[in-house]
Amino acid sequence: MRFSALKILTEGLTGNKGWKPHWRDPEPKAEYDAIVIGGGGHGLSTAYYLAKNHGLRNVAVLEKGYIGGGNVGRNTTIVRANYFLPGNSEFYSHSLKLWEGLEEDLNYNVMHSQRGLINLFHSDGQRDAFARRGNAMINQGDDAILLDRDGVREILPYLDFDNARFPIYGGLYHPRGGTARHDAVAWGYARGADQRGVDLIQNCEVTGIDIENGRVTGVQTTRGAIRAKKVGLVVAGRSSQVAAMAGMRLPIESHVLQAFVTEGLKPVIDHVISFGMGHFYISQSDKGGLVFGGDLDFYASYAQRGNLPMAEHVMEAGMALMPAIGKARVLRSWGGIMDMSPDGSPVIDATHIDGLFLNCGWCYGGFKAVPASGWCMAHLMATNTPHEHAAGFRLDRFETGRGLMDEEGTGAQHNLH
Amino acid sequence: MRIDCPCCGSRDIREFTYKGDALALERPDPDAGDAVWNDYVHNRDNPAGPTRELWYHEMGCAAWLVVTRDTVSHEIKAVELASAAKGDVA
Repeated sequence: MRFSALKILTEGLTGNKGWKPHWRDPEPKAEYDAIVIGGGGHGLSTAYYLAKNHGLRNVAVLEKGYIGGGNVGRNTTIVRANYFLPGNSEFYSHSLKLWEGLEEDLNYNVMHSQRGLINLFHSDGQRDAFARRGNAMINQGDDAILLDRDGVREILPYLDFDNARFPIYGGLYHPRGGTARHDAVAWGYARGADQRGVDLIQNCEVTGIDIENGRVTGVQTTRGAIRAKKVGLVVAGRSSQVAAMAGMRLPIESHVLQAFVTEGLKPVIDHVISFGMGHFYISQSDKGGLVFGGDLDFYASYAQRGNLPMAEHVMEAGMALMPAIGKARVLRSWGGIMDMSPDGSPVIDATHIDGLFLNCGWCYGGFKAVPASGWCMAHLMATNTPHEHAAGFRLDRFETGRGLMDEEGTGAQHNLH
Repeated sequence: MRIDCPCCGSRDIREFTYKGDALALERPDPDAGDAVWNDYVHNRDNPAGPTRELWYHEMGCAAWLVVTRDTVSHEIKAVELASAAKGDVA
């Protein structure tokens, strides 16, 4: 089934009775060439690119819940490529380029909207840091414009520019940044993978990883044993538990990150705005809800809900930045579980077990990485070599200290990112 | 969440700063080798369930506490002074 304007028109005139499920609901086979554990955004894109780029079609995605039910449906949908450090820069740059062709590639409307992202700054030192970051982005081939105070006022006139503690000095404008419809990204990749022969197996929890003589041979699941010579572990949010099945102990702490959405409003916020000093960022969804969030709750959690102090802090920061939003009513809030790595950057790497590959540690930035993460993970699984754009995401960088990617410059330690 | 500080009584979570897994109390020998130190500094059990962790009562008595807490329910099951807990370990 392909989507087209004609198809929508025809279905509209005939009672919308011709739509079919977007993917099959197959029984697991006894053996696959490759298994991807985790049917979130990253797992689905990995399976999609395994099939599309590498011709591996005898592939299963094992999802313990349902497609789109995890973090891929629990984020704030921001897509950007404004990283500073080598290793991250080329990866997120590649990801943004994939986003820009994603709808055509998947024949699926993921509502990717390059509405522009503005990171505000509030001091001379911060301006220098953002100027440097902007130069790094331009060197990478992406776009960045350093706005002064009047430049920000021109496009965001509704901010409080004279906040006594954090007056707005300007902002780093990334016009190609924006948002996308998170559920549609999962559905689009799921459909694309399914069309290429990948079995998406839902309600199938992995309970064990079979290893013989240092080689992975398959997995045990709640729907029986499944054999495969290659297994990709793509379960950010639960990485420590699944890796423990292979006897691994990861450099990951799980934290909860909250987000909030208001009732639907008429268009008021046309961009994505981040207010780093207050730990607050906001955009407006196409339905009209203001979608915003802040910092981690900062304690280990798997609860998918946070506590009130951080909710209060986020609301205070929002009010300090744009007092007008005080009139909007919050509809709901939720929490996602973040794989926090010591340096705040992810891992896409082989493990010490032959055939077992690891994709984890996305911290609070996993959504925008979905296309490139799958692209590079598929390359790693198919060829046994890291993709050039993800070559820095090595698991051993914490032990060796080589190639740490600490964007915030706070040190490669837990609880600092 | 509220933490029942042994010195100050039940206090709001805002008064406390989180450090992380209480394995920090079990510092390896300086000559234990890179693998042991890497494990200590970076790797974590990170359980979904009960865990022991270090909290600092920054806006209270300034004591370091070992809190036994469930990471799924956020229920706090026990709180003791880190100095006392470290005595247990040693």
